[in-house]
Amino acid sequence: MGAGHGHRLFFHGHGPIHRAPAHVKVLALLGFMLVVVATPRQAYGVFAVEALVLLAVIVVSRVPLRYLLPRMVIELPFAVFAVLMPFISHGPRTDVLGVSVSEPGLVAGIALLVKGSIGVLAALTLASTTEPQDLLRGLQRLRMPELVVQIMGFMIRYLDVVTAELGRMMTALRSRGCDPRSPRHWPVLARSLGALFIRSYERGERVHLAMLSRGYDGKLPQLEKTS
Amino acid sequence: MSSPVLDVRDLAFAYPDGHQALFGVDLHVHRGERVALLGPNGAGKTTLVLHLNGILTAGRGSVSVSGLQVAKEHLQEIRRRVGIVFQDPDDQLFLGTVRQDVAFGPANLGLKGAALEQRVMEALDRVGMADFADRPPHHLSYGQRRRVAVATVLAMEPEVLVLDEPSSNLDPASRRELAEILRGLDVTVLMVTHDLPYALELCPRSVVLSEGGVVADRPTFDVLTDEALMAAHRLELPWGFDPRRIDSLPR
Repeated sequence: MGAGHGHRLFFHGHGPIHRAPAHVKVLALLGFMLVVVATPRQAYGVFAVEALVLLAVIVVSRVPLRYLLPRMVIELPFAVFAVLMPFISHGPRTDVLGVSVSEPGLVAGIALLVKGSIGVLAALTLASTTEPQDLLRGLQRLRMPELVVQIMGFMIRYLDVVTAELGRMMTALRSRGCDPRSPRHWPVLARSLGALFIRSYERGERVHLAMLSRGYDGKLPQLEKTS
Repeated sequence: MSSPVLDVRDLAFAYPDGHQALFGVDLHVHRGERVALLGPNGAGKTTLVLHLNGILTAGRGSVSVSGLQVAKEHLQEIRRRVGIVFQDPDDQLFLGTVRQDVAFGPANLGLKGAALEQRVMEALDRVGMADFADRPPHHLSYGQRRRVAVATVLAMEPEVLVLDEPSSNLDPASRRELAEILRGLDVTVLMVTHDLPYALELCPRSVVLSEGGVVADRPTFDVLTDEALMAAHRLELPWGFDPRRIDSLPR
């Protein structure tokens, strides 16, 4: 069956960072990110300190960098944009390795890349040391609106189900000689994504029926952590 | 005779788009019975099931559960009395851990703390899944998820357990394990199924629904050996399966 092995970001461990309460970790991440974002663009010394703090936390958490770094590819679109900035910006020009680039663009590009990388790595650290369920409880404790927490919970629960369904649809497409990657077949791909949306919507209705059948009356009962 | 657990009288229902799904269905199930609800696709089986706990409301006729009429005023009590296990366990298990999912129903009934915990573990015990209480449902095998889905309903201590296609998509070993669990439960069971050998194995009595009406209500063995009835309502036994050649049925 398609139930893949759960949450690809969590790294199993028992270090002090793993054990820290989720709401503390969320607040720490939020505070850290505010500081990083507020750091002036050319304060490279401060960036270095921030990066060192983050690396120290990662070392303490015992999550190997080998595990975190490949997962940073999510940053790629931003990185591409950051690399383009020196070439497409205006203003005074300067030479880097014999290529003429825009100076403000270069500064902005570097700052974007540095801030982005620190941010992504920090978020990955939280994700790799906190089980999604604990994260939800942490957000609950931070008074995140109940409805939002519920929606996030359902998202985590059904992410794998929907991904597996998409995978089966893609397999079925390929089996009939369609390559979903080729632009020629994008219309087919778009239609199957539409079908996936309808299916997920209908599953939502079935889940709701099953909830009603067990006496759901509009609010989830407080399910305290019992383990 | 005691009042039936399920008492469906002259139930008719049409969907809002005008499609008439049920035309005057009568069905009585008594305490402790295990009854199979058979019928071809589109016969109205699911529509009937959704009337039993008030998800759909009767157009004509009535449904009552242990003497209590299915109506808006006591939906909560009706849904406690009638436990429906839906076909796809992924529809039924939507929380982070098995324990939370099994606790969902009884918590909606107002159970808390130790009483809730006890109810959850008892239900998981009855389906042999107590060791999996803290696992996320999507890490379980399909057969295990089906069993947890049964536990989510057992935890509400229903008077009648309604199962929609309990054997679908199960491998033979999981199918047999589920049969053993169902046979061991001390509850009234109504089982919707296309799996006729399963119906024969588990349910002494069968009701055949076809085109929105009950066309037979007899011992399962009689239904499965009535070739004219079977052919008329698109019911077929798997190739090579002959109920007459089974000399003893488990009880």
